[in-house]
Amino acid sequence: MEQPILECRDICFSYHNLKGETKALDHISFQVDQGEFIAIVGPSGCGKSTLLSIIAGLLKPESGEILLNQANDIKIGYMLQQDHLLEWRSIWKNVLLGPEITGTLTKEKEDLANHLLNDYGLYKFKDKKPSELSGGMKQRAALIRTMVMEPALLLLDEPFSALDYQTRLTVSADIGNIIRKSRITAILITHDLSEAISLSDRILVMTKRPATIKNNIPVHLSMTENSPLAARNAPEFNNLFTLLWKEISDEYT
Amino acid sequence: MNIPEKTTSPAKTPPLAGQLTAQESYIRKHHRHHHLITTARLLIFAVFLIVWEAAGRFGLIDTFFFSSPGMVISYFGQMLADGSFFTHTGITLMETLISFLLITLIAMLTATVLWYSRTLSEILEPYLVVLNSLPKSALAPLFIVWLGTGTDTIIVAGISVAIFGSIISLYTGFSHTDSEKLKLIYTLGGNRIDAFFKVVLPSSIPIILSNMKVNIGLALVGVIIGEFLAARRGLGYLIIYGSQVFKLNMVITSIIILCIIAMGLYQTIQYLEHLYKKKK
Repeated sequence: MEQPILECRDICFSYHNLKGETKALDHISFQVDQGEFIAIVGPSGCGKSTLLSIIAGLLKPESGEILLNQANDIKIGYMLQQDHLLEWRSIWKNVLLGPEITGTLTKEKEDLANHLLNDYGLYKFKDKKPSELSGGMKQRAALIRTMVMEPALLLLDEPFSALDYQTRLTVSADIGNIIRKSRITAILITHDLSEAISLSDRILVMTKRPATIKNNIPVHLSMTENSPLAARNAPEFNNLFTLLWKEISDEYT
Repeated sequence: MNIPEKTTSPAKTPPLAGQLTAQESYIRKHHRHHHLITTARLLIFAVFLIVWEAAGRFGLIDTFFFSSPGMVISYFGQMLADGSFFTHTGITLMETLISFLLITLIAMLTATVLWYSRTLSEILEPYLVVLNSLPKSALAPLFIVWLGTGTDTIIVAGISVAIFGSIISLYTGFSHTDSEKLKLIYTLGGNRIDAFFKVVLPSSIPIILSNMKVNIGLALVGVIIGEFLAARRGLGYLIIYGSQVFKLNMVITSIIILCIIAMGLYQTIQYLEHLYKKKK
């Protein structure tokens, strides 16, 4: 608990083309503790996704470093905006894509996949093709695909943004609960402020490009049950929402 | 015995015997439309044959130059009898299939390498474009000088017609793969080779199949060009030889056989495509 699972130290990143340099991230530093659920909000195009790609190791920062606890053997799971289930594979084959690629497909992995499919209510659909599932089910299948890799840190890149509003509320509630129950550390990128408040323990606000972290807002909601829908009814919700709204609006002026 | 049958039979028929439900009339209309299409197609073919035959008989066209359905059939019978149908058709078919298989194989491998190395694809792009737009029949005389007159030359001619276009369209297909799906593979710890086999290749199967349909036709074109110039056997040879010695029956019969081969080859790939879609 004491030692952060992830530390970003002075991360800078720029995109280059022949016309010049676009500075995306400017000395980003923050820490994430074990088991924490962090939300990152910011104006659109500010480099939130770039930051996630850097944490995941898909992009190299120009300067600064990403420090992961327990040397570098922490597994990072990454959930993209769309489910990207492969249509030519059954749900079962899609879910096991990660172990198949890394050559770690064992009986234990298959048991875990079966267990997760059962937990998330998709067991009946394991032999179906992705197109036969609803949007919410597909996003849950995508989460299973990530969770089968047993990540210690989960990166969520607006994973609900492709869903319609109704599905979005229920799926974000489901996925939020799943992540809390499994006590995984998570970083969620979103532009939906109420989603950020209802799901996370702490919200980082980013400025527009070149992005820095301008604010770090802890979220404490007093609620009787732990669900994102209950969170929206918590007394502190409105104040937090107004505060975030102002922080983000300032960036657009 | 007759009386009970008479009384039960009206009861067995549905209450609205004369009328059709909307679905039934839709199906009937659909069938009628298809019958119309098939009948019209056959009719055009029959009218063409009758007009051709009649025009020859009544002296409107000279059957020495234009042949006639009857003469084609009797010449075909002759070809069957002396076995020349099997040797010539067999050799053309074999050369076409070998060309086609080699085109598919070489184009797949090359497109894969080009997809893997963007630098290489940028370097080679102008060469591919030039080679693709070059009329390949212009190369055939070169192949004869280099490889002599024989099956090798003809297969190379068949390959040369389709190969460059095939590489370009497969490469284009491969590089249009959804980049987010590639990112997914990378987030799961995969490399570029995993990305190719898990995403690029399976998502390109429709493109590969439609490319194969183009290739099989072009391979046949290339083989016939090759046989025109450098063969002693094959349908292309029969066509060029027949025209030189004014055996127009031979030429026209060979062209008709060629039509049937082309159709058969195309339908085979179409069937593969159908199987793939059904499986999906």
